[in-house]
This record gives sequence, C-alpha cells and structure tokens, in this order.
Amino acid sequence: MRALQQHQGIVAPMDRSNVDTDMIIPKQFLKSIKRTGFGPNLFDELRYLDEGKPDQDCSNRPINPDFVLNQDRYKNASVLLARRNFGCGSSREHAPWALDDFGFRVIIAPSFADIFYNNCFKNGLLPIVLDEEIVEKLFQETYDNEGYQLSVDLETKTVTTPSGESFSFEVDDFRRHCLLNGLDDIGVTLEDADLIREYENQRRQTAPWLFNAAH
Amino acid sequence: MAGKTLYDKLWDDHLVKQRDDGSALIYIDRHLLHEVTSPQAFEGLRLAGRKPWRIDANIATPDHNVPTTDRELGVEGIVDPVSRIQVETLDKNCDEFGILEFKIKDQRQGIVHVIGPEQGATLPGMSIVCGDSHTSTHGAFGCLAHGIGTSEVEHVLATQCLVQQKMKNMLVKVNGTLGPGVTGKDVVLAIIARIGTAGGTGYAIEFGGDAIHDLSMEARMTICNMSIEAGARVGMVSVDDTTIDYVRGRPFAPRGEQWDKAVDYWRTLHSDDDAEFDKVVELDGADIQPQVSWGTSPEMVTGVGGTVPDPTAEEDPIKREGIVRALKYMGLDPNMKITDIKLDRVFIGSCTNSRIEDLREAAKVVKGRKVSPILKQAMVVPGSGLVKTQAEQEGLDRIFIEAGLEWRDPGCSMCLAMNADKLGQGEHCASTSNRNFEGRQGFGGRTHLVSPAMAAAAAVNGHFVDVREMMN
Ligand code: SF4
Repeated sequence: MRALQQHQGIVAPMDRSNVDTDMIIPKQFLKSIKRTGFGPNLFDELRYLDEGKPDQDCSNRPINPDFVLNQDRYKNASVLLARRNFGCGSSREHAPWALDDFGFRVIIAPSFADIFYNNCFKNGLLPIVLDEEIVEKLFQETYDNEGYQLSVDLETKTVTTPSGESFSFEVDDFRRHCLLNGLDDIGVTLEDADLIREYENQRRQTAPWLFNAAH
Repeated sequence: MAGKTLYDKLWDDHLVKQRDDGSALIYIDRHLLHEVTSPQAFEGLRLAGRKPWRIDANIATPDHNVPTTDRELGVEGIVDPVSRIQVETLDKNCDEFGILEFKIKDQRQGIVHVIGPEQGATLPGMSIVCGDSHTSTHGAFGCLAHGIGTSEVEHVLATQCLVQQKMKNMLVKVNGTLGPGVTGKDVVLAIIARIGTAGGTGYAIEFGGDAIHDLSMEARMTICNMSIEAGARVGMVSVDDTTIDYVRGRPFAPRGEQWDKAVDYWRTLHSDDDAEFDKVVELDGADIQPQVSWGTSPEMVTGVGGTVPDPTAEEDPIKREGIVRALKYMGLDPNMKITDIKLDRVFIGSCTNSRIEDLREAAKVVKGRKVSPILKQAMVVPGSGLVKTQAEQEGLDRIFIEAGLEWRDPGCSMCLAMNADKLGQGEHCASTSNRNFEGRQGFGGRTHLVSPAMAAAAAVNGHFVDVREMMN
C-alpha cells in the first residue's frame, strides 16, 4: 500500500451532505474485476449529463459544467472537502478506488460512514474528521481563494491552511501506523498466525458446530 | 461491574488478540462472498502467493449481476458481457480455491443474505462478514455480522480474522405491540426516521423490546438488514425460541448432541439485565404507521397518512438544502399527500424483503385484485431458488401472475439495477428494497421504500394507499 506522511494539495468543495457510495461510483462500474481505472467515472451521474457505461471513453461525453470537479480551478484537486456522513451506503471499495484514481489523497468532512472510513485507510487515502464549524470555514476559504491548498501532516495529525492556521485531528494509532508506513495489514496479522491457530483449536473443542459442513 | 451487552459477549467470544494500540484481531466464523466485491480480493491473494486460511468457512453465490429471466441458460443467459465476466470470475475463483459456491443454476442460489440463514450457514453466536453492507441482516440471529470492503475480504480469506475497533453499544427498544398491517419494514424505517442515517454511526445496535421479540425471523432480518441505513454496521436481536426454531433442521445446523450443546450456548446470547448501553432509543410500537420514503435518503420517510415536507419549515440549513435537492430529484411538491404520489413501477424483492413471509404478505393483498393499468411494470423477485420453489408450492406465483405481476428468478435485481431490471429516467417506483439514493434503481429513477404489503397495495392502485384500508 502507498504510504502517506504529509500531503499538500488543491482543495475541491463537495458541498452536500450524505454523499453515498452509489453517488461516488455508480453500480454499472462495479462490474469491473480490476482495482484501477475508476477515476473517469468518479461521481459519474453528477459529472456528466448522459448515463455512463462501463468501458466507455469518457472524453467525448457531455459534461455538467456546474459540477465542481468540472471547473478548471478544481481539476487538479487532491484534497476533497465534504459534508456530514460522507461515504454512506454500500460498502463498495470501488468508492475509495475511484477517489484515489482521480487523484484525491485526503478527504475532510465533519463525519464519515464507518465502512467507507475504514476502506479509505486500506487504499492509502486519509479521511480526516474536523468539527462542522471548521469545515464550514474551510468551505468559505476554498470558495474565496482560487487555487486554495491545504497541508496535511499525518505525523503530527494536523491540517494547516495557507494563512498558517492549524487544526488537529484524531486518528487511531493502528491505522495511522499502517498508513504512515504503507503497511500491508495481512502481513501484520499473519505475524499472529500461531495465536489465530490456537484460538481456532480451542473453538473446535468448545463450539464444534461452527466448523460443520452441510448435512 | 455492569453486565455485558449481547455485542460485548459476541466480541469477547471472537477476540483473538487485543493490541496495545486499541485495535483487535477478531476471528471470523463465516465468510460470504458474491461476484462484485470479491474478484480483486482473490487477485490480491494470488499476487501475494497466499492461500485461504480456512476454506470451509466460505460460501459464495452470484446475486448482484444475475438476470431474473431465462435462468436455464445459466451464465450464457447474462447478456451484458461485463456482467458475465464477473460471474464467471467468481465461478473460476471458487473452483480454483475449492470454495463452496451455489452457482447460477443451483436451486440454492440467491441473494447472499437470504441464503445464509436459509442454509443454516448463519448460526446464532457466529461472527459473519461479507463484502456487502447489508451483512447486518444476519445479526437477527444474535450474530456479530457486518459488511466489509474488498481489502478486508482478502484479509479474511488470508487470515480468517479482521482488524477491528470495538464499537459503542446502542439499544433501540420498540415497546408494546405493532398495529395490524405494520411490518418489520415499517419499524425499521420509523427507527431510521427517528435517529437519522448517521444516528448509528460508530455503534452496534441491538433491537429489543416486546414488539421486536413478537416478530418472526424474517421480520427481524428486515430490521437488522437496514441497520446500515441508520449508519450502524451491526444490528442484532438476542436469541429466543423463535430464533432456535428457525435454525433447527437446516442443512448447516448442528444435529444430535451438538445441537443440545449449541442451544445451551445460544440461550446465553442476550444482554444481561444490568448491561449498560452508551445510548438508548425507545419507540412505542403502537405509534408506528406503514411508512413511505419521499426523498433520496432512507431517513426521508413518513407515515402513509403524511405529507411531503416543506423545506421552509426546516431550520438546519444543511438539512433544508438536502430536502430541496431531494424534492427536485424526486419531482415532488412540498406538502403534497403521500397517497397522491403516482407510480410507474413496483418492485418486490431484495435482501430486505424477498423471503417467503414477505411474498405471502404481498400475495395476500393482491389476491383476487389486478395491478393498476397506470403501471408500466410490477415485479416480484424471490430472494433465492428455494424461496421461489416454496412460494410456487404455496401457489403464490399464480396469485401474482393472475393479478398481473411478473414472477421472476432470484437475485438482487432492481434493488440496484446492475442487471437488466431498472427504472427509466423520472419513473417512480414503490420498492421493498433498502436504498432510495439518486440513481440507485436506474439513472434518474425515483425510489420510494415501503413494505411488501404497501408495495402490493400500491401496485393495485397505481399510487400509495394505506394498506390497512384494504385489509377489511
Ligand atoms: S438485494 Fe440489494 S442491498 Fe441486498 S445485497 Fe443485493 S444489491 Fe445489495
């Protein structure tokens, strides 16, 4: 997994609450058996005026000029600023894959849905929870300043604005450790293979029905 | 010290290792797989040269992409080549790794959350995961069950464990008794209306109270299924006689001495009297009306006797904006009556409401009646091949067909419209599924979430009606 220690980038404002993973990447693109290539279809129904199809060249599709990511000033954004309950709905990991493929590295919101939040960390994306008032202020600053950038430091757990104002955020130690070092979770877990085997053997004794095949 | 909640007990029983950083390794008893969220996980396993840890913990079935007609053609019947590759990839992966799969032509094939309980592969006290957020369904059996992403699917395949943080405990208590015509679906929609789609974020919810324990397993599954629409990955109901009776005799259920021992353990799967919850929400079952969603989030829901809200009455600016946006998408006016919403299609199915009891309730309403000519389509999609067979043995298929509903083959179908079943732009659908997000059932489609009985009543009338008026 790609590590992330610090990141600085242009901020794009996604100004609506309860953005669900169906909106982030609609179902027709879930038919892919790959992990990459979802970027052109990120927010497909908001971004284009027609109905998107899998494996289609998106460069000729009619775009929705009002949608934020279609505006020149946000085209190279890598920090997504969002509202409450971002990433709710389906557990599809295609959502973080699409955000990542587009070029986002950090997402800031007042709250995230649990599964999406967790999926981000597995893909080198950092979701940051900041208070609603702070997020509101960042939205204003983003709108008011073209090319507005934020710097994020996962080491020190801070977000810093161009004027030098800093906000700290929380992230649990395990996730932070894995992301800072780009660690593969599976490898870490398998260091405890003996413990897993021991637990399993004991369960075979106490609850053998958990290991039955169909009768 | 306070007693333990059901969630605490399940957590403790599956804890392999508590790490110093607050994370924990949790053992997974059952892993369910489907075609959409597994291919990249198998690929990852292969690239890393890893093998599945415990083959027999896994059960797979294709459900999201499968067509609901012409099933005798098998995989060949999937017209969309991209969908077909995904289903074929699941078959190939299961064959290669030796994982039990109910393939497209197997009678046991169905929506993954329907077949687990049906096979007894979902047993009380298990930890169950699947790359699908509605895995919370299995919590109805007193299981620790939740959805995971594809990286975690790979993690579970490789290690039989998940890295987890313990969640907080919430009790949602539904007291008293439900009125006639009020179902599990109405209960869970009313709960979501109360706590909101983020109300359960970070919590494991236990649904308790008399009104919940009076319900069948099917209705409990409907409620736990939609925990995720309240933001909670985990929703549970404690084990009682109803649970144990449902499990008895199913293919994966224990037999003989093992059964007795299992039942003794299962009977401990409830929260202790002195257990403490971080949050408690109480509802009175008698207050709950049949529900209809009017917006683009499952919390945008009201009783059938209600009206579409007026955004000017909402004080929270973010919520107001949300209502304005939803009404625009849904093509509805503020203050209009729910019963004035005209429909184009009706969909009865999905992992929320496609079990035999759901079909019986819908059939009861349409029996001897006809689908309104206003509708373009009304369809019933059973949750599994076995549900389909049972319904046919009970004659439900004939009731539906005579009334003018289509009787289809099992799968997710129009719940998310990954196959050919979908809404056209601007069409309104009374749907027994779980998500009314923009575009969920088709590009520009407008979903209204309801119970099977309410969907059936809407099918007959071409608009929403209070199903209780049709019950006398
Ligand atoms: S029926 Fe719908 S919600 Fe359930 S698993 Fe299938 S697509 Fe997901």
